[in-house]
Amino acid sequence: MLPLVPVLAAVAGGTVLGAAGLASARWPYRSPGAAILLWQALGLSWGLAAVGALAALGAVPGEHGVAGGALSGAVRAIRSAALGFGQPALIAAARLAVLAASAALFALLVWVLVAASAAVLVARRRHRILLSLLAHGDPKVPGALVVDHPAAAAYCVPGLRSRIVISAGTLDLLDAAELAAVLAHERAHLRARHDLVLLPFSALGRAFPRARLACRAHATVALLVEMLADDRALRHRPARELATALLRVGTSGAGLAPSGALAATSAADAEVTARVARLLAPQARLPLHVQVLVCGSAALLVAIPVTLLLFSF
Amino acid sequence: MDVLWDSTEPLTVRQVGLHLTNRDLAHTTVMTVLDRLAKKGFARRQRDGRAWRYQAAANREAYVTELMLHALDQTGDRSAALASFARRVSDSEAEVLRRALESIGELPRG
Repeated sequence: MLPLVPVLAAVAGGTVLGAAGLASARWPYRSPGAAILLWQALGLSWGLAAVGALAALGAVPGEHGVAGGALSGAVRAIRSAALGFGQPALIAAARLAVLAASAALFALLVWVLVAASAAVLVARRRHRILLSLLAHGDPKVPGALVVDHPAAAAYCVPGLRSRIVISAGTLDLLDAAELAAVLAHERAHLRARHDLVLLPFSALGRAFPRARLACRAHATVALLVEMLADDRALRHRPARELATALLRVGTSGAGLAPSGALAATSAADAEVTARVARLLAPQARLPLHVQVLVCGSAALLVAIPVTLLLFSF
Repeated sequence: MDVLWDSTEPLTVRQVGLHLTNRDLAHTTVMTVLDRLAKKGFARRQRDGRAWRYQAAANREAYVTELMLHALDQTGDRSAALASFARRVSDSEAEVLRRALESIGELPRG
């Protein structure tokens, strides 16, 4: 019989420490794909272990791991409360309390994800309708929509009916080769559905704005996703075009005193600088065996809590 | 929608249709589109005798601004709704980056 509570609590704590370490590591820039996988595993493992540790606290040893034990624990506590025999009332109440906390944490995490997805879908729908009313095509950027606004903006609206949008300001700012690099970057986002990768991290960051680590995780994964799309774009376009496009879009409008919503952040500084540096002075990808090691640890991170939750030893 | 934006006064379905003669649209098509725009809040309508008169709820610039604010949402809590190519950097960083641009032999534009 494994001491489930300390093991699961240790996994939850370990993922937090691991995330803090990963947020300040620099090797992810060399293989963003592997690093994103590790981030996802850390997040999933943390959620499962945290919910599981609470559940294990209220579980009775049983056949189907912590999940089964928690259920029979709840049944036993309710039965003794209702019938007035079996466990002492205090123990039954304590057991029910931790099990309720576990269920509440689980429900909260699921709710955060569902609410964020719904908000994103609504925002995108409105954005697409506005685009259909306002935007038009342009031969300079085939397949993209152009919005007549002098500020430089280039972005995509992911989804089943995805759109790439370029502002008139960007059309003036970039030459044909740079525009092609931007389009390649955005197409990479859309094709790989990077928005789905980002959604859980964005949801956690918004749900717990006070949790510094959640916000850092979101910012880090957002940057890694951009790097991934940069790498994809490099298959079709030279790095230099992408780098100059980034520099021009990033520095455009600086010094124009934009409105509050457009204010630059120091996080944006670091992101653009890191991406440009990576394009102009590329570092070798991580060696294959290190990448395998990273993916293996990601798999292990998820496998441990899942196994403990579902199976007994 | 462009017809409504270009008009200074509320238009009936027939009047909108007259502006769209080059598109060869059926009267009912125009009516359906205007009805949908009204339901989505982009157009306002009022009774005028037996017909509805339609009017844009806000001018074109207001919607462009809304689009761009959403697109350039750089307040730090970026939602996952859109994915921006590059976020705007601060003035001091822009200076550093412009020098980087010059150092690789490119003149800053814009």
